[in-house]
Amino acid sequence: MSVGIFKGTWLVLKKDLLIEWRTRARLNALVFFAFATLLLFTFALGPDMEVLTKNAGGYLWLALLFASVLCLGESFRVESENQALDGLRLLPTEPRAIFLGKALGNTILLFSLGLLLIPITIAVYDVKMVGSLWHLILVLLLGCLAISAPGTVYAAIASNARARDVLLPLLLFPVLIPALLASVKASKVIIEGDLMNNLNDWLTLLAGFNTIYWALGFILFPRIIEDD
Amino acid sequence: MSNTPAFELDDVSKRYGPRWALARLSFSLPRGASLLLTGHNGSGKSTLLRMLATASFPSVGKLTILGQDCRAGREALRHQVGLLSHASFHYEDLSAEQNLTLVAQLLGKPLSAVPLLLEKVGLKARSDSPVRQFSAGMRKRLAIARILLKAPALALFDEPFGELDPVGITQMEGLIRELKQTGSTVVLATHLIEQGIGLTDRRLHLAEGRAIEATP
Repeated sequence: MSVGIFKGTWLVLKKDLLIEWRTRARLNALVFFAFATLLLFTFALGPDMEVLTKNAGGYLWLALLFASVLCLGESFRVESENQALDGLRLLPTEPRAIFLGKALGNTILLFSLGLLLIPITIAVYDVKMVGSLWHLILVLLLGCLAISAPGTVYAAIASNARARDVLLPLLLFPVLIPALLASVKASKVIIEGDLMNNLNDWLTLLAGFNTIYWALGFILFPRIIEDD
Repeated sequence: MSNTPAFELDDVSKRYGPRWALARLSFSLPRGASLLLTGHNGSGKSTLLRMLATASFPSVGKLTILGQDCRAGREALRHQVGLLSHASFHYEDLSAEQNLTLVAQLLGKPLSAVPLLLEKVGLKARSDSPVRQFSAGMRKRLAIARILLKAPALALFDEPFGELDPVGITQMEGLIRELKQTGSTVVLATHLIEQGIGLTDRRLHLAEGRAIEATP
């Protein structure tokens, strides 16, 4: 019978990481795209280093958000080719295992990208970080989890649409606003120093939104990929 | 349980938007029998096969497969039904071996079956190549290996001879006969009617989603 949700999740995740490793197309494109986005902010906002440094956390998250659209869209493009997602469903694979496997795969990819972008952001915007780097990495992880869960659900919906590249950000960005706000604020507090002791509040908010996003994805995903 | 038909369509219709792909279809096939499904392009053959594979479900009517309701029993049914479709269901960037290994792991089958099946379908020499580099015929051979790995009680073939060379066609015929001998129920949709008749004992002809002729 079915391999179960945990093993199914692991096999789907392993498959996605293997595809990424064999092609490396997605990560390469994401790194260059996110790096270019970070650089474009410096051109768009001019040479005022004080403004750039002050808002560095926000630019980091915008670069990650824009890159996530490419990452999420690509993760379902491989499922559309040869109707591979139908193949997974009909084996059968538990739909929730498909959701968890793909969402965790997207999280790992975005988190890896974020880890690469942190030193680039520090260098490009001349950031003198007051808080702990480990706290920033924790915010990065929570933020990437918050993008990946609804992103995986909406990428699955958009993958069957004709205007999928336009539809995905249209659906995703409004839902992500609270989590994005919490991520930006938490990053800013870590970079500039936590004078008002706000970091825990932002982290709690991020964890709360993650719980909502992942629970909704877990419940709704089977209805999205099954043709009832 | 074994006396129940392989599948039973009771006034089944399927709608895609404003168009009815299948209209009020009633038919049943005994277990162990083999059915040739014929009809012009767009007659509803692929729609019917997708429903029998539980990839989609009737808009109206009742479909029972291997004694279970197609919706309620979908998870159990998917273990027992195999579909060879126009789409190969494979990941382009994985090798033939990696694709089959994934299928074996998800089905809980022994991994030792993978190299044997690749040899059986003639892909052993290219087992490490990504599917992206495969010809259409090689992709179909890999899809055959996938079906063999599943060893389904109900095997569904949608245009199985397309894209195959003469050797591949002979192999495909051998596979269908092998499945019949092991007791699988076989449903075969093809435009190569002579070939199909030689492999099946019943025929259902569809036109515009309706059953025009059912031959026992």
